[in-house]
Amino acid sequence: MNQNINNFIKNEIGNNNICLFMKGTPDAPQCGFSMAICNMLKILEVNFKSFNVLENEELRQGIKEFSDWPTIPQLYLKGEFLGGCDIVKEMYESGELQKKLSENSINYIKK
Amino acid sequence: MAINLNEIEDLVKQAIPDAVIDIQDLAGDGNHYSATIISSLFKGKSRIEQHKIVYNALKGKMGNELHALAIKTKEKD
Repeated sequence: MNQNINNFIKNEIGNNNICLFMKGTPDAPQCGFSMAICNMLKILEVNFKSFNVLENEELRQGIKEFSDWPTIPQLYLKGEFLGGCDIVKEMYESGELQKKLSENSINYIKK
Repeated sequence: MAINLNEIEDLVKQAIPDAVIDIQDLAGDGNHYSATIISSLFKGKSRIEQHKIVYNALKGKMGNELHALAIKTKEKD
């Protein structure tokens, strides 16, 4: 894999509490799954850094190899890969995601 | 770049013989699917590992021919 992209991903997920690799932007998602994760994070009012893989082909391929995961979106929390839309949705609905945020002292709005 | 519902089911069955599969073509366009897969193979594995088993079963089609497949995995008792 491209070493620069590898280092870029490592830095970003290491320096930001929550990173979302997605298609489009939180304001204009280009895929339903990316939109779904954005919506969950927005409802929780969690700050997150997003990366639009549609603007960067190297990142689009790089993140798939980095996570060994073939699809996008991908959500990272404190450097840990949580999964794609399906898993994050399950975690959100079960409260597991909220628990993970609390455990990592990341602020969110409790509903 | 559409894919047939039966093709998905066959690929999953080949890799996960005991799988109980329920696939829905969400939009009727052969592009947006939702699948619930139940197998004893998932036992003791994290959700990420479970989904990877399904992705591997689809032999690289995921993210290519197969654009949208929502996956839900469950352990079979």
